[in-house]
Amino acid sequence: MEWLQQLINGISLGSIYALIALGYTMVYGIIKLINFAHGEIFMIGAFIGYYSIAGWGLGFIPALLLSMASCAIIGVLIERIAYKRLRTATRIAALITAIGVSLLIQNGVIYMRGAQPEAYPEVLRNKSFDFFGAQISSQSILILSVSITLMIILQFVVHKTKIGKAMRAVSYDAEAAKLMGINVDNTISATFAIGSALAGAAGVIFGIYYTKIDPLMGIIPGLKAFVAAVLGGIGIIPGAMAGGLVLGVVETFVSALGFSLWRDAAAFVILILILIFKPSGLFGKNTREKV
Amino acid sequence: MKLKKFASVFAASALVVGLLAGCGAGNEAEEGSSGGSKGGDTIKIGVNLELTGAVASYGTSEFSGIELAVDEINAAGGIDGKKIQLVKVDNKSEPAEATSAALKLINQDKVVAIIGAATSGATVAQAEIANSKKTPIISPSGTSPNVTVKDNGDVNEFVFRTSFIDPFQGTVAANFAANDLGVKNVAIFSDNASDYSKGLASSFKKDFEAAGGKIVAEESYVAKDSDFRSTLTRIKAANPEFIFIPGYYEEVGLIVKQAREMGITVPLMGADGWDSPILLELAGAEALNNTFTTNHYSSEDPDGIIQDFNKKFNDKYSKSPDAFNALGYDTVYLLADAIKRAGGPDSVKIKDALAETKDLELVTGLYSVDENHHPIKSATVLEYKDGEQVFKIKVNP
Repeated sequence: MEWLQQLINGISLGSIYALIALGYTMVYGIIKLINFAHGEIFMIGAFIGYYSIAGWGLGFIPALLLSMASCAIIGVLIERIAYKRLRTATRIAALITAIGVSLLIQNGVIYMRGAQPEAYPEVLRNKSFDFFGAQISSQSILILSVSITLMIILQFVVHKTKIGKAMRAVSYDAEAAKLMGINVDNTISATFAIGSALAGAAGVIFGIYYTKIDPLMGIIPGLKAFVAAVLGGIGIIPGAMAGGLVLGVVETFVSALGFSLWRDAAAFVILILILIFKPSGLFGKNTREKV
Repeated sequence: MKLKKFASVFAASALVVGLLAGCGAGNEAEEGSSGGSKGGDTIKIGVNLELTGAVASYGTSEFSGIELAVDEINAAGGIDGKKIQLVKVDNKSEPAEATSAALKLINQDKVVAIIGAATSGATVAQAEIANSKKTPIISPSGTSPNVTVKDNGDVNEFVFRTSFIDPFQGTVAANFAANDLGVKNVAIFSDNASDYSKGLASSFKKDFEAAGGKIVAEESYVAKDSDFRSTLTRIKAANPEFIFIPGYYEEVGLIVKQAREMGITVPLMGADGWDSPILLELAGAEALNNTFTTNHYSSEDPDGIIQDFNKKFNDKYSKSPDAFNALGYDTVYLLADAIKRAGGPDSVKIKDALAETKDLELVTGLYSVDENHHPIKSATVLEYKDGEQVFKIKVNP
């Protein structure tokens, strides 16, 4: 039953990647910005969750909601301060700014609280179930269900609500949307708010599942989520979800075959293969669009 | 050509450090009626430690041990009537700072010997200076074998250490697993990004196989990983009776937690890299039951000399000492013993005396030195019980 166990391990890991990738892909889908600071918002979310559980004694759900709300505000602030004035600038200028913001947040957090890791308190009692001979923990089930729930809500928001309609319009043509009376600035802010809230949720869940959080924890998951988003087709919401899960499972199986030192490399090999053979991603249509 | 450049950089940095030291010497050197080190009624000893920076906790802990030992020796009349005077320099946890600090201590302050640095890297950086200036350096806690032995196998004549070396801990763990726990099939899970972990793993493997045991799985991880479940699943499938995990507490805490969650109940063991309160927070007290570590010292060891040290340390600092406190304390006694046998504060004679140290009774164990300047001394095995480190056994080499 080793393989079933590994599949469960992979899906748990993949759900976290998926959750971060959802935010990534949304922001890209609307304003074509690769927000490299997304991994740092994930980190901030983990810390807000930590302080609200360990410091103020909140339970899991309140901590999750508080973290999502704070990250939404931080995401909007970052957009207003760092990205807004670059909207007409070249794509590369915005990308470099995003990397700068990412480094600023990492080092800012280290400056405020030091670089030492922090251990998440055990807010949810973890139980293991026997599933055809493999162990499945209640936390893995929680992670997967939170990811799927948030994805469904996101799909609903984008396709059924007024703000979702505005987002799609801005994504299609921002100038024309403005002419039609859509407030582009508010729409973009909403996009950042939703994307960052998802990253915050992922941070809290990561902390609960993996226990250890530190100011540099966002770098690798951030890159992996980027790979997951590209794998599924950047800008496509179900694609990010599928990409995250596939990536988690592939990484786990690379370790399961005894190549644990190659697991990070595997993600980037996937990125390269996708960019060579199907740059629009697994769920993407072939359009002439430079990424 | 290259060497020349190197030498001039050195000279320049020594000059700068010298100038700076000229201004700061008053507060750095402790008060004392010094008339130069080689004569006079004091013996000047340099302390070159990580007092700030990344691993400041090692350096500051060692310094409290050093201070306690010096106070004791001076209160008892000093070494042959001469009081010890410490000259303290902070190397900021950086090898380059450690180098210039050593030059300053030797050229400016004319110390007879230097205690420090705490880490292997910062000690190796001073090794050439020690050899060329003929001033002994003792690292309290540099555990890498190449602190005292160069890559080509030559011994750094003037460099010594108080702590045991990493491969020794691997040997102790292997013997403990084979003899005390009586396990046959074991797995090793090591950190592929760390020489410390790899060195421990290979010496464990060699000695455990020599003792008739079998390694059923050998897996590795990379520092900063947080998901070890897939590799642990692999290890679990190999059915080991014991898992050796030589690593640092940040990853080990997660490995122990995840292993227990997956139903791996066999004993787990590591080395002094586990020793941190963070380990307990990450893994949780329950998961740490049935795990063991090797370490330099346990304050719970009933041995008289250790209990005596505990009491003295507690009286001065109102807390119980850790391994680094003990190593700092021991380093002073190791040096004082050598100065006594050398018949006075002569650096070269002190070096010869250090190299001949035999059966010196220290808090961290009976100490002798071998031809590679590696100590021959005992290690302690600790067991975690409900979050407390409990003294298990003392293993002699």
